[in-house]
Amino acid sequence: MVLLEDVSVRYGTGPEVLHDISFALAPGSFHFLVGPSGAGKSTLLKLLHLAVRPSRGRLNLFGRDVNALARADLPAMRRRIGVVFQEFRLIPHLSAFDNVALPLRLAGAKGGEIRQHVTELLQWVGLGDQIETRPARLSGGQQQRVAIARAVIARPSLLIADEPTGNVDDRIAMRLMYLFEELNKLGTTVLIATHNEALVNRFGHRQLRLDGGRLLTRPRPAEVG
Amino acid sequence: MLRNDLPLGADAAARFLPWIVGTMVYLAALALASAFAVNLAIGSWRADITGELTVEVPDFGDVADTERQARLEAVVTDLLAIDGVEGAALIGPEEVRRLLEPWLGPDAAAADLPLPDLIAVTLARDAAVDLPALEAKLDETAPGLRIDDHRGWIERIDRIGTLVELLTAAVVLLVAGAAALAVVFVTRTGLDIHRQTVDLVHMLGARDGYIARLFERHALAFGFIGGILGLAAAIATISAIGLAASRAGAGLLPTVHLGLPHWVALACLPFAAAAVAMLTARWTVLRTLSRGL
Repeated sequence: MVLLEDVSVRYGTGPEVLHDISFALAPGSFHFLVGPSGAGKSTLLKLLHLAVRPSRGRLNLFGRDVNALARADLPAMRRRIGVVFQEFRLIPHLSAFDNVALPLRLAGAKGGEIRQHVTELLQWVGLGDQIETRPARLSGGQQQRVAIARAVIARPSLLIADEPTGNVDDRIAMRLMYLFEELNKLGTTVLIATHNEALVNRFGHRQLRLDGGRLLTRPRPAEVG
Repeated sequence: MLRNDLPLGADAAARFLPWIVGTMVYLAALALASAFAVNLAIGSWRADITGELTVEVPDFGDVADTERQARLEAVVTDLLAIDGVEGAALIGPEEVRRLLEPWLGPDAAAADLPLPDLIAVTLARDAAVDLPALEAKLDETAPGLRIDDHRGWIERIDRIGTLVELLTAAVVLLVAGAAALAVVFVTRTGLDIHRQTVDLVHMLGARDGYIARLFERHALAFGFIGGILGLAAAIATISAIGLAASRAGAGLLPTVHLGLPHWVALACLPFAAAAVAMLTARWTVLRTLSRGL
């Protein structure tokens, strides 16, 4: 599913922000990505949702070498990846419904199917009464739930989330974690970056620990899954 | 599928696009209409003088009017006897003065000008008349006589027509180029303004073509609106110029009226402008995005 071999990343001619990262995530596995601020968690997530390419080393996603991918191959790969951004990145002039529906529209889903799935999911995350509301009129927690709904609506093979519970109360945080676990049970590989040690301890999934751009714990293929 | 994923219409630069395109279409329409008018005038002049000759008979000197009239009639008789000549008619002094009036003013009639006598000759269709031989033959009856087949005049106005066509093509190309540059600027500005959303939509799996379609659809609509505005202004201007010309230049300028094909060509301008805007926006977006990851 995900395989990194000695991957390093640098932006432009700057210093490397990730050094010789190697790990593998088996299909259907669930991992937390932990580490202090500036450890390189966000860059690693960008690498995995194809926002940056490795400066060196090899990244293999869904059985394909990312460095060898043509630009035209990227959209199809990205549709298999759901991303929850730390800053939500909702489109401000679109309603909650249209924000969540966007991945389905890009995938060519039909209107009736989109309406049904998006409505159900927004109700599930507790936003059934905010379907036509624009992000500016939603609280931080509500925006985060819309962002999560958008990330999972197309049933991605790989779900990447950057601090997905950072702006919600404990009740909603637990509910969102259960949503991620449900998706994981359906076969989605999940990687969640978080500072929330309590959450990590409570759910007990394996951890990737980054510090100073280096991976301190490294799950081997035998450990994952 | 294609919704308002990008609020391009709200961008300050984009709001100018219809006015920029409108101005370009206005200029292109005026240039085209001018070229059509010149070509119509040339066609009209050419139709008037093709198949006709003008024989200029110089002043005979101190001869009586009856003698003068007899010699002129002899020339007419000689002309009518030639194969290919369908008609020959004397143009009287009053008619000559009337023809000169637009250039010399109404006082020309009173002036004591040494005006030549003129004979208008009509040739049969496809008639092949040997002008030097004809001139030599008629010279026996009226020495110093000159025949003008208007060829030099036709060649000169044809050259003018060609020049006007080339200039018009250059103006239209220049205007289209300027409009395309404006669209490139507006599109690049839109990409910069909406960079985050464009990146996000990319991350969600959008192809470059999807994003390009958002921009090209917007450029198509704004380009067409601008084109309609520009064409409407151009039609008003053309009508006003036509009215003013018909009042001011009666007799001096030929009256030309644009025909249906000309109006159809002008009506195509908004569509052409919209197509240029759309294709330019698409090219700009695809080219800009191709530089990314």
